[in-house]
Amino acid sequence: MNETADKSNDNPEKEIVIVIRKMHKWYGQFHVLKDINLNVERGEKIVICGPSGSGKSTLIRCINRLEEHQDGEIIVDGTELTNDLKNVELVRREVGMVFQHFNLFPHLTVLDNCTLAPIWVRKEPREEAEATAMEYLERVKIPDQANKFPGQLSGGQQQRVAIARSLCMKPRVMLFDEPTSALDPEMIKEVLDVMIELANVGMTMLCVTHEMGFAKTVADRVIFMDEGEIIEQNKPHDFFDSPQHDRTKLFLSQILNH
Amino acid sequence: MAETVAVPSQRNVISRLWNDKESRSVIIQVLTISLVFAFLAYIIHNAVVNLQAIGKGFSYNFLWQPSSYDINQHLIDYDSRSTHFRAMLVGILNTILVAVCGIVLASIVGFVLGVLRLSKNWIVNRLAYCYIEYVRNVPVLLHILLVHGLIVHAFPVPRQAISIGDVTFMTNRGIFSPKPLYEPLFLVVIVLFVLALAFMWWFKRHAQKVQDETGKRYPVFWIGLGTIVGIPLVSFFLLGSPITWDVPALKGFNFTGGMVVRPEFIALLLALSLYTAAFIGEIVRAGILGIYYGQTEASYALGINRGRTLSLVVIPQALRIIVPPLTSQYLNLMKNSSLAVAIGYMDIVATIGGISLNQTGREMECMIIVLTLYLVMSLIISMIMNWYNKRIKLVER
Repeated sequence: MNETADKSNDNPEKEIVIVIRKMHKWYGQFHVLKDINLNVERGEKIVICGPSGSGKSTLIRCINRLEEHQDGEIIVDGTELTNDLKNVELVRREVGMVFQHFNLFPHLTVLDNCTLAPIWVRKEPREEAEATAMEYLERVKIPDQANKFPGQLSGGQQQRVAIARSLCMKPRVMLFDEPTSALDPEMIKEVLDVMIELANVGMTMLCVTHEMGFAKTVADRVIFMDEGEIIEQNKPHDFFDSPQHDRTKLFLSQILNH
Repeated sequence: MAETVAVPSQRNVISRLWNDKESRSVIIQVLTISLVFAFLAYIIHNAVVNLQAIGKGFSYNFLWQPSSYDINQHLIDYDSRSTHFRAMLVGILNTILVAVCGIVLASIVGFVLGVLRLSKNWIVNRLAYCYIEYVRNVPVLLHILLVHGLIVHAFPVPRQAISIGDVTFMTNRGIFSPKPLYEPLFLVVIVLFVLALAFMWWFKRHAQKVQDETGKRYPVFWIGLGTIVGIPLVSFFLLGSPITWDVPALKGFNFTGGMVVRPEFIALLLALSLYTAAFIGEIVRAGILGIYYGQTEASYALGINRGRTLSLVVIPQALRIIVPPLTSQYLNLMKNSSLAVAIGYMDIVATIGGISLNQTGREMECMIIVLTLYLVMSLIISMIMNWYNKRIKLVER
């Protein structure tokens, strides 16, 4: 009943899309996520950073249940993630995800990659799905590659197709799991530009990334994680200029001064 | 000065040809082909000379003489007065019958085993594992003898046959079942069946079109099952069951009438297909595991459920890994069927390569026939599978 109260908040800009409460996760004996509490508002852009192995990817993978949490609760758009497969599918429809290694389907053309889920999950007519797909491919600036196969594209182009593929499901939240980590430097910019444009039209975004420039310009909030805990979260300006924790300071000094 | 430059270039003509990439490959090919032909000519000459020395010509005339032996399972008319050629045809058909049935059965069992091996259910997984490890580590000849032995010894003699509803009888001489005798009206049922198939062919395309246009998906599988099975079945009974049955009956020491599936065929089919299925199971498992898990995750993240992820994303990609080794398994199964000779199933080896050979003494001619037949059948299987493999190939760049 708390959730309904949250949703019917009189200020629409303060609507909470994701609620994570006292969430824990273990891999066997290893405690990867410890007591995570996080609320994400509609339209909010969050950047999650931290050293490798700090659990940041695991955290966003819990949000569309590619990983299961063992304790606490995760509620996405009013639906709690449990073992109920129908609920999981419901959440996955509304939450798009972009992977480090793109994970495009190599046996399908770019266009078919984009229309697969709308056709089979949203039951859209093919023509409509293809029109939507072309629209998004234009937004990521590669409509002319629609009939090629993923193997024929560069890394940056593939990642932009992957973003378009997610957007074709018209998600309410987008998760980015190190989207530029597998790219050459000159391709990073073309992907970041697409992400910035997406942020500008008001998409709710959670990005795990090491691109601190992106964090400074786009993020509403930066979250720092270490050893499975959220150590610190703040507005980007305060986060970078006056970090509170020693671990944050150490991390920032390591990635900014090299 | 000019002389000293010209001399080495002339002397090096061969060395230049040999060191040029293109001409070297031509030289090697010419040499290889000459060697192969020289070798073939030598062994053929050798065989002709030796055959002449023992007073044997090389002739296929024996094919038109009566075979004077019986074959218990013949798909075409045959008796001991038929020619050796006809005996060979019977043998070919028997080989094809067991190979085709075996490939179908092995594929089905193999795919199921492969998926079970990947099950997270411990019991199911271990059972499939034990089956595969037992079956593939025992020679196929032993499997054939074992299954044959089981059928011959575990099933009763015809007089004590296990009767199923007094129409089908299981005995150590085979499974006897009623043989259908078709009445003219049955033709109507067949026509309706063909029409149902044609309708479904159209309906499948129509359903795809409807899905493309409206996004609505018909339950094509269930409608198809209903049409293809239902319509012939209903019409069959409406027409007053236009089939009479020739029920087998015990006469003396054996059954007469009806149809019989012989124990040799059952043993060979089961042993070959269950043996090959173990290998196919491992191939299918490798194929599915060979697909990067990120593919499955990307599909899940788009909201596509487990079943559709398997059928739309994983299997189409896994087939590319599965098909080439699967082809080898099909070829193995077909060639292993020659072990039929161990239990007296009359295949190519047992007919033209066995009894005909022994009776006519034409070992050279018979062996050439057997070899050619296996080669042709193998190449046909390879051709079909290669065509399929090409069709599902991935576009890389």
